[in-house]
Formats: sequence, structure tokens, C-alpha cells
Amino acid sequence: MSASAQSIKNLANQEYKYGFVSEIESDAAPRGLNEDTIRLISAKKSEPSFMTEWRLKAYRHWLTMKEPTWQNVKYPPINYQDIVYYSAPKQRKDSPKSLNDIDPEIKRTFDKLGISLLEQERLSGIAVDAVLDSVSVATTFKGKLAKLGIIFCSFSDAVQNHPDLIKEYLGSVVPYNDNFFAALNSAVFSDGSFCYIPRDVRCPMELSTYFRINAASTGQFERTLIIAEEGSSVSYLEGCTAPMRDENQLHAAVVELIALNNAQIKYSTVQNWYPGDKDGKGGIYNFVTKRGKCKGVNSKISWTQVETGSAITWKYPSCILQGDNSVGEFYSVALANNYQQADTGTKMIHIGKNTKSTVISKGISAGHGQNTYRGLVKIMKNSTGSRNYSQCDSLLLGDKCGAHTFPCLEVNNTSSQVEHEASTSKISDDQLFYCKQRGISAEDAVSMIVNGFCKQVFKELPMEFAVEAQKLLSVSLEGCVG
Amino acid sequence: MLEVKNLYAKAGDKGILKGINLNVKAGEVHAIMGPNGSGKSTLAHVLAGREGFTAISGEVLYDGRDLLKMSAEERAREGVFLAFQYPVEIPGVTNSYFLRSALNAIRKHRSMEELDAMDFLTLIKEKAKIVDMSSDLLNRSVNEGFSGGEKKRNEILQMAVLEPRLAILDETDSGLDIDALQIVAKGINTLRIGCRAIIVVTHYQRLLNYIVPDYVHVLSDGRIVKSGGKGLALELEEKGYSWIENGIEHLPQTVS
Repeated sequence: MSASAQSIKNLANQEYKYGFVSEIESDAAPRGLNEDTIRLISAKKSEPSFMTEWRLKAYRHWLTMKEPTWQNVKYPPINYQDIVYYSAPKQRKDSPKSLNDIDPEIKRTFDKLGISLLEQERLSGIAVDAVLDSVSVATTFKGKLAKLGIIFCSFSDAVQNHPDLIKEYLGSVVPYNDNFFAALNSAVFSDGSFCYIPRDVRCPMELSTYFRINAASTGQFERTLIIAEEGSSVSYLEGCTAPMRDENQLHAAVVELIALNNAQIKYSTVQNWYPGDKDGKGGIYNFVTKRGKCKGVNSKISWTQVETGSAITWKYPSCILQGDNSVGEFYSVALANNYQQADTGTKMIHIGKNTKSTVISKGISAGHGQNTYRGLVKIMKNSTGSRNYSQCDSLLLGDKCGAHTFPCLEVNNTSSQVEHEASTSKISDDQLFYCKQRGISAEDAVSMIVNGFCKQVFKELPMEFAVEAQKLLSVSLEGCVG
Repeated sequence: MLEVKNLYAKAGDKGILKGINLNVKAGEVHAIMGPNGSGKSTLAHVLAGREGFTAISGEVLYDGRDLLKMSAEERAREGVFLAFQYPVEIPGVTNSYFLRSALNAIRKHRSMEELDAMDFLTLIKEKAKIVDMSSDLLNRSVNEGFSGGEKKRNEILQMAVLEPRLAILDETDSGLDIDALQIVAKGINTLRIGCRAIIVVTHYQRLLNYIVPDYVHVLSDGRIVKSGGKGLALELEEKGYSWIENGIEHLPQTVS
């Protein structure tokens, strides 16, 4: 085997570093799904009746739907009756008042992940709403944010304390009947994050939630809702690592973003869930619906994602560009190695006039990984003067992996412009030898080249996340960004 | 420093080098000349350890150690440097980051402390003067969109930063106009010091007007068919390679 193939193999064979299970007592619902399960979840969370009704409506609709099969991924059928739909960590007292009240075991889990809340709070100025097994266990910086009128809390708290906002916006971007997994989520979602930025407020810090799947066989159904009022702006970070598991775990989250006039939302994700072992056993199924609505004029929504984990990733963070002059962006790095499958991309729906969208997608395939870009750019008849630029690049490491691109462009007027560029490349022997001749090991060289390939996307990430992305691709970013 | 003894080597499946003998000492500059296909670049690549260029028999000693047993990166870390005829582009990786990674890999190998970004910046700005390189090129992706002259200057900049003991310059003059050639040659001359040996591989005598070699070897069909002083290059330029090739039978195998 050539040295380059060997180093690629080494890189692709790296063991998952975050595989551990923390021992926290769980308060879980019995396996399976019926109306009683949903009522139980709703009751456990002391939800108002409009929420219970909404969940049941979603559930009833879900029963009429079929699991989609059009995506370019393969997995054995999921038994939805074999999933535990609710699991909350048991608290020794009531909910924690401060970081000191958190279960030490949970704290250790975060420490292992390198996201000690104490450090986060003290050093990096990030407010962390930590979600561990479906229930928020800690929310920091609440006080500081509250002074500005910013609401950043768990979804459950928002349902209790801000029911009007929930009533107005829940399901307004991703309706409960949007798709099979969104309907399932709407019925059973356990918790998530809620964020409201009032008029003309620029959120002074990056808001961050670390998701972490924990108890065995617990499907995670997170729900995130972010509302940016007129003239406000916010940057939101979502990051995840999961402990090692043998059985597959389903994760079907929904994220809804709403940007009103002149508002901006930047949503960044680093996803590093357990991808399964080298033979493709285990791993997370990540079936997510993420969508943002640029409801107001001159609003902007920007998605940046680095997807390195999960056995199957299936998600299309999208933008509905409803307001005139609104802007949608999608920057993505998706890595599929071993037997991972990624089918990801975006939808840019241009409705308002003079709307603009940019799509930069970088797919990396290694081992037996299969990477698919699937995108839709749709410019409606009245969306005159609109523009889209899409760029889809694929990098292949080795000869057993695959890259697929399914772009779909639909332009319904004559004054709009759409551009699409695509490329597929491999790491060349010339590049590897050049690096080695300068003293750089083959492994470092591969990392460096892959990293260079992703640069356009990484530079969109907030600094804190760029570091995480760098770790995940075992690539050093210094000097390449900024 | 470098002893090549009766080296036979192939590029892919094709036997190219057919018994090379070469002895290079610290402080010397050797020019290796020869027509296209004579094996010049193969020799450079075998010495640098490129995959696909393999020794069949013979020996290469570098400071008395078996060079052929070392991996390409080990050779680089031990001070063997190859300036590429066609420098490679690495999109998205900045020139200065690439070079710092290389320098730190080498320093680590030598148990020296790695340079941080600030110290490196000071160093590279100093070294960039040697080849008149603007700082703009340091922040661009490695060789991407560089002109031919910029690429070659970049190679010499890398040499200046990595401070090799044995530098092999593979057709460094190819594709250069006269101004660029002079800048590159001036840079190389600055780096010509007592503890360093330089092997200049070139098709044309032109470069040797600026980098005056101590020895000139003429390669033909995988063998060194003639060796001499700097005068040999001029003679070759005048008479052409056919002069040597026609008279191979009469020439003894020479070792400098």
C-alpha cells in the first residue's frame, strides 16, 4: 500500500474519542409510542393544554405519514415502538440554582468533553444552556442576558414563562406536518433551547448549547426556536458529542429560526456524534429539520455546519427568503468515513424581491463513506432581481468512498441569476510528496490539505467553534483562518 | 556528506539510473547537467525519497548513514531539501502556515523548541528579503496562482527557512525570465555557506553564470559520462550535448 493510502487509512481509522457513558439515574418513560406516551411527556413537563393538543395533532398526522425513502442513505427499518421517548436526569433537589448545584457526574461528563461550564463561564464569555438527555440542567449568564431583555432558556421554561411567544412562533417555519421526522419531533420533543432577541438588541455573546445523547436507547427529540426581532442580531452555536453505543440511536431534531425586519441570525453547528465503528456497526441516525425564515425585509440568516459524526446524517438547513432584500447563506463541511453516510445540503426559497443566497458545500469522503450534496434553489415568479451562487466541492480520500451531487435549480422569472459550480478532487501524490519533502508527516499533510479544502467554510465559524472543527478533522487551523 | 556509489534506480518500472557515482562534500556546489531524459530529475527524486523512484542496487550514504533506508520526511528532517521543478499548489493552506509546519516538524525532530506564530513571523520576514518576496505571497495559498518566478522564489525561500545541509535544486531555472533568474540565483548564492552542499540540476548552462559551481557532471543515459570544473559547462553550451553523447565510448567513468 502506498504511503499516501496508508496515511489516509490511519486518519480514517481513528477511534472515536468521546465514547463513555455517564452514570446518572434516569427517570424514563416506558418504551413505545401512543397517545398516552405523549400525554405523559406533556404532563411531566406541566405543559399548558395548547401544547398537549399540538403534540397530539402532530402525532395523529404522523400516523398517516410514511417514512421517506428518497434520500441516498441505507439503514435497517427503525422500530418506533422500541424507543424510549422520554428520559430526564433525576435531580437530587429541585432544578439547579447555579452551576454548583449540578450533578457532579454530569459535570464530569462535560469536563471529559472539554466544555467545563465553569471554564466556559469564566473564560470564554459563552452562555451555555446545557442539554443532557433531553432536559436542560444548567443555564448560565441568564442574568446578564436578561438585562438586555434577551430570553435564552430551555424550551420547557419558555413554554411555562413565555407561552404567547411559543404560541405565535412554534411550527411557523417547520409546521407539525412538514415531514415524517418533523411530525414525530413535534409529537414527542422533550426539550431544547429557546432564544428571543428583542428589538434593536445585538446579543453581546455567542449563545451556545451543547447537546449530548446519553441514556441507552433514548431517542433525542430536541426543539430549538430562535426569534430575532426587528433590528436585532444573534450568533448561536450548537455542538455535540455522544458516548459510544452499540445500538443505533435516532435523533430527529427540529430547529426554527425567525428573522424579522433588518434582523440577523447566524447559526453554527459542529456535529460529532458517534459515527459507528470501523465496520459500520452502531452510530447515531441524525435526521434533522432545520429551517429559517427571513420574514422581514433586509433580514439575514446564515447556517454554518461541520458534520463529522453520526452513522447517517440527513439534514438540509434551509432559508425561506420572504422579506425583500433578505439574504440566506449555507456553509457546510460534511465528512463521511468508514461506513458513514451523509445526505445533506440546503434549500434556498426566494420569495421576496432582490433576495440573495450563497451556498458553499464541502464534502469529504473517506473509507467506505458516502457523501451526498442535495440542494434546491427555487426562485419564485415575483422574486425578481434575485441571485444565488452555489459551489459544491467534493474531496475523495481513497478509492472505496463516494461523492454524489444532486443540485436542483428552479428559476421562475427572467431577472434573476443563478450560478452553480461543482468540483471533485483527490489528494494528489504530488501534494503529499511535497509536504513530506518539507518534513511534514503524511498524516499531518493529509490533515493540512483537507483543512485547506474546508477553509472557505471554517472561516465562517466563530473562533470557539473553529477550534472544535479543527480537533474534529485533526487538522490545525492556525494561520489558515484570520 | 553525500556519497552515491554505483547507484542503479528505476522510475516506475523503467530502469533510468545505470551506475551513478557521486561524492559531494560540505561547502561544495555540484552542477548536474544533461539532455532531457538523461536521468537528472530521477536522481533528484531518488535522493529525496519520492515514491515510485526506487533504487535497484548501489548505495547512497548521507553523513555515513544509509539514505535509501530513510522515509522522505525523515530525509527532509535530517536536512535534505529538494527544490521542485514544478512546485505543488495546496489550495486553502497559507504559505506561511505551511512553512511553519515544516520548520516545526524539523525542529521537533532535532529536539529544538517549536517556533510560535510571532517568532516565525519575524523569521520569515527576514528570510523573505533574500528572494525579494512580498509579504502578500506569504499569506496566499501555497503556490496557488503564483507566477512561474514566484513559485521558484518560494522554493528558495523555503530553503532559506528550513536551512538544509544538502540542497538539491531541480531545474530551478526552468520557466524563469532573466530578472527572475537573477533574483533566484542571488538568493541561492546567499545560502551558499561552508556547512551546506548544493546540487544544481539543470539543462542549461545559463543558471551557472550566476551560480558558479565547483564541479560539473554530465549525465547521459543514466550515467555520469564526464566530470570537470566550471569550464565544462561552458564547453557543453558551446558544443551541445551531442558532443558528449557521441563520444561516450571513449570516456571513462569519472568520479569527482
